[in-house]
Amino acid sequence: MTSQVDLYQQVILDHNKKPRNFKKLESHTHAAEGFNPLCGDHLWVYLQIAKSPDGADVIHEAAFEGSGCAICKASASMMTMALKGQSPGTAKTLFSEFQSLLKGELNPDTEAHSLGKLKIFSGIWQYPARVKCAALAWHALNGALSNQQTVSTE
Amino acid sequence: MTAASTQKLAVEEIRKDFPILSTTARGRPLVYLDNAATTLKPKSVVEAVQRHLLLGASNVHRGVHYLSEKATADFEASREKVRSFINAREKAEIIFTAGTTAGINLVAHSYGSLLKAGDEIIISAMEHHSNIVPWQMLCERQGLTLRVVPVNDRGELDLTALEQLINQKTRLVAIVAVSNALGTINPIKHIIDLAHSHDVPVLLDAAQAVAHIPLDVQTLDVDFLVFSSHKLFGPTGLGVLYGRRELLDRMPPFLGGGDMIRSVTFAKTTYAELPAKFEAGTPHIAGVIGLGAAIDYVNHVGLAAIAAAEDELLHYGKRCLSEIPGLRMIGTAEHKTSIFGFVLDDIHPHDIGTLLDQEGIAIRAGHHCTQPLMDRFGVPATARASLAFYNTKSEIDSLVQAILKVQRLFA
Repeated sequence: MTSQVDLYQQVILDHNKKPRNFKKLESHTHAAEGFNPLCGDHLWVYLQIAKSPDGADVIHEAAFEGSGCAICKASASMMTMALKGQSPGTAKTLFSEFQSLLKGELNPDTEAHSLGKLKIFSGIWQYPARVKCAALAWHALNGALSNQQTVSTE
Repeated sequence: MTAASTQKLAVEEIRKDFPILSTTARGRPLVYLDNAATTLKPKSVVEAVQRHLLLGASNVHRGVHYLSEKATADFEASREKVRSFINAREKAEIIFTAGTTAGINLVAHSYGSLLKAGDEIIISAMEHHSNIVPWQMLCERQGLTLRVVPVNDRGELDLTALEQLINQKTRLVAIVAVSNALGTINPIKHIIDLAHSHDVPVLLDAAQAVAHIPLDVQTLDVDFLVFSSHKLFGPTGLGVLYGRRELLDRMPPFLGGGDMIRSVTFAKTTYAELPAKFEAGTPHIAGVIGLGAAIDYVNHVGLAAIAAAEDELLHYGKRCLSEIPGLRMIGTAEHKTSIFGFVLDDIHPHDIGTLLDQEGIAIRAGHHCTQPLMDRFGVPATARASLAFYNTKSEIDSLVQAILKVQRLFA
């Protein structure tokens, strides 16, 4: 028997129950809709990006709304927390690191990364059917940053 | 071995016919409650397939050598078993296809080609996508209109609405016999009689019905009936289309190729008689032989005994699941098979599916290829436990305990 990673750790259950930044951001500058037609997970990611005093772009606010499973909601909630104060460039780096993590291509314990608490999703590659749940908000983020309004992970 | 049509099933003995039931999943004893997705295969089916592939592999309907003649005889013997199983008048009315989906597509293309713009097809709100999309595609191709019979809150067809939908332009009623998502057993005889009173033929999607309720095409007087081998304890990749001869004779071939012709020249090709006319190419020979063994197995256990055992599981499961607070059953028809579609307050079905899987319990979570039905009930998806006659009450107990554990985790 292969050792199993506990997908439903307390942090994930907590974010599912009390998702952070769970609202429509009226003042958003970027937004995208993410939809998995096969499982019904459906959410919107909003970003408010503005110039900081030194002239660089910064994500001032990140929020999401919609419905989905616990994995999808927790991933979205934790993503919005990780994005605040980051540059769009860093957000793109986080996106690609998170993709590698979901595919099992990044070992967060031995390789360098900036994922912080998000590494909690590292075991999900053992559940291929659930990877897209964790990925949905991130694809919407990537869509928002690329001015693409609708994304799907199917 | 004696047929046990009325006596109680010896379920522990029966479970030995399905070696997978003695295995583990995620380190726990497997509890297989996903029979609506596919049924398990008894040893006798696997042995029949293996015997053919190891010792009898050959093509059918072509060779003059020993192996080919043996394979052809076995293949045609299976067709006779299917004929007898659904009580068709003749073997020629039994067409082997790649599955229920392929069977419906065959009818949608071939019978559909006889229809014209303005004609109407009636389906229902509880259809599987495979009995929706082929008709939508036909409507798109030829300018037909699709009409949909609504479903009530219990998951039963609105028969009054059906009666109102049938009109002079209706050319087919295509309806599911047993809903894969709800378990509802539709009043198929009533629907067929109603359609026939307007001279409208009926196609029955029997994919979910075939392993659970007896189907006699002559008593039903049905025009087309389709099902899949893999939902009748046989191999995947194979299905059956029953068609009334008068209709099949009028219909043009669907796929062209070998085996479906009488003669071919570049000037003109003439087609073979039924059933070969609709069976282009080398068929799924091993699968057909396996399906024959599956029908032998079902006949040995007895479909009446199977239905009785499943009915007992249905009532026990209904009682146990209804005692779980926060569980809402989707599909509470008066007449239903042992399929439990449900949702839990504030817990997504996919989370339920993954957490039950960690307990070794296999269920299906999702829309069950019935998205319009999920919309009807206002849910994105459901969790579905679907039982077969080899399941036990103690497995239902395990399911209940696991659901309670999921609820505690999310509390």
